[in-house]
Amino acid sequence: MRRFTYHEPDSLTGAIALLEENGAKAKLLAGGTDLIIEIKQEAKTPDHLVSLRSVPGLQDMEYSNRELSFGAMVTHRMIEKSELIREKFSLLSDAVDNLGSVQVRNVATIGGNLCSAAPSADTAAPVMALQATLVVKGPAGERRIPIEDFFKGPGKTALEPAEILCCISIPALPEGAASCYIKHARRKAMDLPLLGIAVIIVPDDNIVCREARIALTLAGPIPFRATKAEAFVTGKPLSRQIWEQAGEIAVSESNPRTSFRTTAEYRKKMICALIPRAAEVALQRINRAWMKG
Amino acid sequence: MDERVMAMKISFNLNGEDVSINIDDHITLLEMLRDSFELYGAKEGCGYGECGSCTVIVDDMAINSCLMLAVSVNGRTVVTVEGLAGPRGELDPLQQAFVDRGAVQCGFCTPGMIMSAKALLKEKSNPGEEEIRKGMAGNLCRCTGYSKIVEAIKCASEGGCSCGKGF
Ligand code: FES
Ligand code: FES
Repeated sequence: MRRFTYHEPDSLTGAIALLEENGAKAKLLAGGTDLIIEIKQEAKTPDHLVSLRSVPGLQDMEYSNRELSFGAMVTHRMIEKSELIREKFSLLSDAVDNLGSVQVRNVATIGGNLCSAAPSADTAAPVMALQATLVVKGPAGERRIPIEDFFKGPGKTALEPAEILCCISIPALPEGAASCYIKHARRKAMDLPLLGIAVIIVPDDNIVCREARIALTLAGPIPFRATKAEAFVTGKPLSRQIWEQAGEIAVSESNPRTSFRTTAEYRKKMICALIPRAAEVALQRINRAWMKG
Repeated sequence: MDERVMAMKISFNLNGEDVSINIDDHITLLEMLRDSFELYGAKEGCGYGECGSCTVIVDDMAINSCLMLAVSVNGRTVVTVEGLAGPRGELDPLQQAFVDRGAVQCGFCTPGMIMSAKALLKEKSNPGEEEIRKGMAGNLCRCTGYSKIVEAIKCASEGGCSCGKGF
């Protein structure tokens, strides 16, 4: 591998200062499961790596009734193992369950997954549906970025130079909410998604949909919420037929591309098929089924 | 560039022993284990986190040593396949199970397989077949077809297996 200088600051201020000082020559290192590969391939050639490993607090996870917040260095494996997340934010567990291998999940961080902004990032759609706020710190201080303003394009985010994502804050879901993320891939393990579908439903007692959130990845250049489909299902009975229509509406909001993995046409068909399926799985998780008719 | 010569002194626990070494910043853990400590169990299959033949255990977690910088194990605990056998060379039950169940053919994947399985059993003493397969998804084998490997891990687990040997 090409040579570089490794830094392991013990404070965020120290990390920000190193990034400022070395500008474009420096890269931030989280778990490294993407970055080290890119350096090996010489797709990236930093002279300095600034590791966040010794910055305190970035691996903390906290939950109160109002929000779940976790540091950017929380690994996928920590999320996978969290019973609380599995129970209350199941779509997030779905997203990490089949991401890479155990070896990768033990090291790869949620902050890294979001900041790499790969169109295929598995955590993007769930975090989008969960309406997360990202807390970032940089030379100019702290700011909070709503997740819908974060992704700017493949590999591009709203982070300014020398800004560091510190914390991801997720508001608690309404009582009775159900959720599911479907990673549609060719193989179960060690594969990237062809499509990612996150659905959150809040049903009322009569199985009418009080609130719905649908977020998609690989259905366009950046992850997005299918707001028209969401509006369509809101206030309507939770029936298969209505959610099939929602799938079609979501397709009209999508702009998937043909890549070496699959075609745009196929992705569109799968958006139609998988939105109702994700909703159905979410309902099953709260022991509900589709309303008939 | 930096006044520092892009090398760092690190100390960590390697297979039960405290060690220190000066290591260049850009060296991976896999390179350090093989080239500096002459531990040749972990192997480079792909170098990109796909095959698992470089798997070692860092702080009780299976990781790909080809994707981890050596400098980042400073202060941590590293176990390689060489660290499993007892003081007189007695094989770890998991290693013995791999031998007994014929889970080794060419052997290239074996150290990585064993370390992944070791970490898996530490977490779940009695995993089911699905759990074993999921836990081992990051380890590729060109020879065995995996069945024997899954059986061996089952054999070495708390519940043992139907072969009756148990451990
Ligand atoms: S050599 Fe590390 S995963 Fe293949
Ligand atoms: S035994 Fe040959 S690769 Fe597994």
